[in-house]
Amino acid sequence: MAQIFPKWTNQVPRKLLIGIIVVANALIFSIWYFFSPQYTDVGYAPTQPVPYSHKLHVDKLGLDCQYCHTSVFDSKQANIPPTQTCMNCHNQIKTDSEKLAPIRESWETGEPVEWVRVHNLADYAYFNHAAHVNVGVGCESCHGRVDKMEVVYQAEPLSMGWCLDCHREPEKFLRPVEEVTTMGYKAENQAELGAELVKKKNVSPPQYCQGCHY
Amino acid sequence: MSKYEYVPEPALVKGDHDFASLTRLVTDINLRPTPKAWYLAMIAANGLLVLLLGSIGYLIWEGTGIWGLNNPVGWGWAIINFVWWVGIGHAGTLISAILFLFRQDWRTAINRFAEAMTIFAVMCALIFPGIHVGRIWAIYWVFPIPNQMQMWPNFNSPLLWDVFAVSTYFTVSLLFWYVGLVPDLATLRDRAVDKVRKFAYGLFSLGWTGSNRHWWNYEKSYMILAGLATPLVLSVHTIVSFDFAVSMIPGWHTTIFPPYFVAGAVFSGFAMVLTLMIICRKIYGMKDIMTDDHMEKMNIIILVTGSMVGFAYMMEFFIAWYSGVEYEKAIFIKRATGPYAWAYWTMMACNVLSPQFFWSKKLRTSVGFTFAISIVVNIGMWFERFVITVTSLANDYLPSSWDYYSPTLWDVLTYVGTFGLFFTMFLAFLRFLPMIALAEVKAVIPLADPHNYDEETGEYHAPKVEIPKPQVEKV
Repeated sequence: MAQIFPKWTNQVPRKLLIGIIVVANALIFSIWYFFSPQYTDVGYAPTQPVPYSHKLHVDKLGLDCQYCHTSVFDSKQANIPPTQTCMNCHNQIKTDSEKLAPIRESWETGEPVEWVRVHNLADYAYFNHAAHVNVGVGCESCHGRVDKMEVVYQAEPLSMGWCLDCHREPEKFLRPVEEVTTMGYKAENQAELGAELVKKKNVSPPQYCQGCHY
Repeated sequence: MSKYEYVPEPALVKGDHDFASLTRLVTDINLRPTPKAWYLAMIAANGLLVLLLGSIGYLIWEGTGIWGLNNPVGWGWAIINFVWWVGIGHAGTLISAILFLFRQDWRTAINRFAEAMTIFAVMCALIFPGIHVGRIWAIYWVFPIPNQMQMWPNFNSPLLWDVFAVSTYFTVSLLFWYVGLVPDLATLRDRAVDKVRKFAYGLFSLGWTGSNRHWWNYEKSYMILAGLATPLVLSVHTIVSFDFAVSMIPGWHTTIFPPYFVAGAVFSGFAMVLTLMIICRKIYGMKDIMTDDHMEKMNIIILVTGSMVGFAYMMEFFIAWYSGVEYEKAIFIKRATGPYAWAYWTMMACNVLSPQFFWSKKLRTSVGFTFAISIVVNIGMWFERFVITVTSLANDYLPSSWDYYSPTLWDVLTYVGTFGLFFTMFLAFLRFLPMIALAEVKAVIPLADPHNYDEETGEYHAPKVEIPKPQVEKV
């Protein structure tokens, strides 16, 4: 009889089996970890034309979020403030700052400042800010501690699964509407408060397709 | 005594073959240098394969709009070809599994061949569900994989069942085929002279030594696989038929579809096996093993399944009339007399009429006639799927959404290209693997009969035993 396997091949099936198990697990883990929005999107912090610091304006100066992002309670878009808002103060403060040069230029030429968008949802998902803040979803729940951010970065994955986690159990995240813009808010008894708020506001977040994808 | 005379079964292997000559007959093909004609055929097949890949590439680049689909007729050649190829694949499993369960020894000559055909036909079929979607890059969403969207496929859709059915079918067919190949690969390993072949066949024969224990396990696993493949083959084409039958389109919503599709699949699959077998046995000189008797038996199966298909056509018409539903009646009148009447009557002629010739023993034993019919049947079965898919969609409930479907060049090229894939694989199979299940054929020849005679005819076959000359001991 011709080729029968040499003796060392006795170990091959075992090694092959272990190898396949290891490689398959490594593959599954890598895809699960490295391809998830948690890895690919969280921490995205592009360089902005003006090194605007939320930490300075919110944490040190105590501005409320709505001073700049005015439309958040009324519109599906939470606006980026126009140059006008910046110039409210900066026509008198730090008027010769090098960092603010693009703002002054925008003010003089009328060309808007080209901010880089950090939280970018695909256009087939229709997110509405007003619908969320008016029932007590805090800024912090989705955007992180913006008051501590020198440069804004994406704090949460914004994946569909992440959205659904809250839509399925909103009571874990809701807060009184007055506290929406409060940073570092923590309820004493979230379970109780959440359940009460859900009942009071009649919150029933959509888990069906049309809720977000029309 | 009975007035009927006992006619013994014709011998499964013609000619004066013993084990060694059978081995040589089958495995020499794989071991001798590649013939020129093979290269020519391979080049032609590869040309078509390139055509397939090119048209798929252009389809992905440009979009499904390059096909002739329109708004009422959303399923065209892609689905027709899918069902057609899957149907063709079914004969392989039928021959190797169902005929095995029925202990039909004549299957041994063609089962390897037919299983290979199954696998390559299913490959061709699997292309179409993959590419006929508009966004091929999201096709993995059909698999139930945990993901960041927390989304799962909808298990109510027969198109999802298709995914499971056809992928399971492919896997099981491949395993079944491979299990059957192992003893033959070992034969090739033992006969191969050059290192590459020896290594490759040695690797894939998994250290088979043909021991009693090997054979015992082999037979058991083969039977279990045959037992699993039989319900599989019936359910796979049933599920393919559900794509239509589960809908509410008149002409589609019919409970007869599952058995009728399976019968059609066996019908077209056997025809395809015959087409290939008649060519191959001539070119490779396999007439001793793939005999005319095999061909006749296959023709009888074609006759049976063809008649079942014909019955189903008539039943559909009867039920359409019997139902009293205007839409149902209308679609069948339109099939026979409407814009696609040419397709309908082609189908009827090819599928209902042509197999009926096989009632005649003279015709069903004629190689040339069988070859012609086997091709006609496959044309007819292509038209069956065309008629079912297109005519029902083109004219349904709302007359305002009636339209005529005609394919574009890209529809045609993609279909023609799948033959490139099929024949590339098939030629490679003929070249590198034994096309006949040698171990099984050897087991059914009279020489393998431990009694050395035919029990029924009492015909005695003397065992050819050579007594070795006693060795002269040299001191």
